[in-house]
Amino acid sequence: MEANVSFYRSESARLVAALTRIFGVENLSLAEDVAQDTLAKAFEVWSYGGVPEHYSALLMVAAKNRVLDAFRRERTASKWAPELQHMIESEWTLRPAVEELFLPAALKDDELRMMFSCCHPQLAEEVQVALILNLLCGFGAEEIARINLASTPAMQKRISRGKRSLGESRRLFELTADDFAARLGAVHRALYLLFSEGYHSACEESVIRVELCREALRLIRQLVDHAPAATSATYALAALICFGTARLPGRMNELGELLVLADQDRSRWDAQLISEGLALLDRSASGSELSEYHLEATIAGLHTSARRAEDTHWAEIVELYDLYLRLRPSPVVALNRAMALAELEGPVKGLEAIAAISEVERLRDYPFYAAARGELELRCGQRAVARDHLQAALGLARNSAERRFLRRRISECGD
Amino acid sequence: MSQFVYLYRESRTPTPKELESRMASTLAWFRELEQNGHLAVYGHPLNRTDGRVVKKGDVLDGPYAETKDIVIGFSVIEAKDLDEAARLADSCPLVAAGCLIEVRPVLVL
Repeated sequence: MEANVSFYRSESARLVAALTRIFGVENLSLAEDVAQDTLAKAFEVWSYGGVPEHYSALLMVAAKNRVLDAFRRERTASKWAPELQHMIESEWTLRPAVEELFLPAALKDDELRMMFSCCHPQLAEEVQVALILNLLCGFGAEEIARINLASTPAMQKRISRGKRSLGESRRLFELTADDFAARLGAVHRALYLLFSEGYHSACEESVIRVELCREALRLIRQLVDHAPAATSATYALAALICFGTARLPGRMNELGELLVLADQDRSRWDAQLISEGLALLDRSASGSELSEYHLEATIAGLHTSARRAEDTHWAEIVELYDLYLRLRPSPVVALNRAMALAELEGPVKGLEAIAAISEVERLRDYPFYAAARGELELRCGQRAVARDHLQAALGLARNSAERRFLRRRISECGD
Repeated sequence: MSQFVYLYRESRTPTPKELESRMASTLAWFRELEQNGHLAVYGHPLNRTDGRVVKKGDVLDGPYAETKDIVIGFSVIEAKDLDEAARLADSCPLVAAGCLIEVRPVLVL
């Protein structure tokens, strides 16, 4: 086993999902404890003997034995659902019942079921995402707090409340339910937010951001592989996540400095992921649905397929942004459109487009708004004005990489 | 070459994530010891919560620990002398992770 391959996140997801189904969602914390314990012991034992090839199956077998122990220990407790209680009462029925609970066919949909359950409509989006991060991606409350620039106690409360709601719903979401389509929309939104956290995060640590994108990728691939969930929008979102994740290695140079798209070394982009993204984008094109995911994915696809920055099809990108604004007007999208327009028609046109953004006050605290104006003024040769805008952006910057980037741009403005 | 026992001791319970990140580096450290002829017995990790302490007239619940540093595993090493054995222990990733390694020469005639 390679030294750098970590399987903690994906294996903890598999275990927590299966154990929650088996113990019942009201026993979620037992499921988490058993999963954590199984992983901890496995890692310690394998530190001496080496990681076995079939580690995933072995972890599930270890979990199954602990399930048997748990049922035997608390046979008479009333914590189990009635059907379960009946099954575990005698040793004769217990073993075969547990074996059946761990069959591949039963395990197969557990993670999806958990994902859909976390996206309960009564939970705020940020709670849904926090639950997914915690239960399906193995992030602790402290890590999630860091990502969201929140305090750990606040995040712990958010997660506990979410889990309490899950427990109170008494059943995991059934993938055959009537509201599957509606819930799928919520899952899309949660995975999009998860991916955005990774790609655009204000968080300092680039390692965590890469992990967030990779987790979003792992989870969206599960939707793609489950026929009823593999809709056109799923393909589009999956393509977007592939493109974004593919481009992550190029965003920073060896010195840890942020690079604009035009300056990135495109050879560092993940060619395999780009290919996967293009195939998914293709599949998303069937049918008449046109969502924001389709538009964002197509734009990302255009950027990603350009071998050099100069080869970018800016005219098409501007048209796509026009479509996007008609679909769902937003000042951030309008800003991105203005930057694309600047590439196509020059910085003066770009500045005019920025000035014309409606609801521009909503961008007041958005560092990229001031930074974009600064960039375009600089391209027009208006160094003093550019410096003012970039200074403003510096004041709004969210982490040290952004600050260093803006300081470099400010120094381009000269005295 | 003489034999030495490493008793790995830790005073806190690491998270599964910490254990996973130690796993790769610990395996690499073991392999290097093995390749250089220093590993006599890999040893085993020990259950951190269950155990017994048997004394004359009494059996207590274990693990036994004078301080909070309970023994979490052991290995048997071959080294030239105690200094070398201690030096080799210093490079163990468990030490970097905050564990102690008690190094004891095996008693021979």
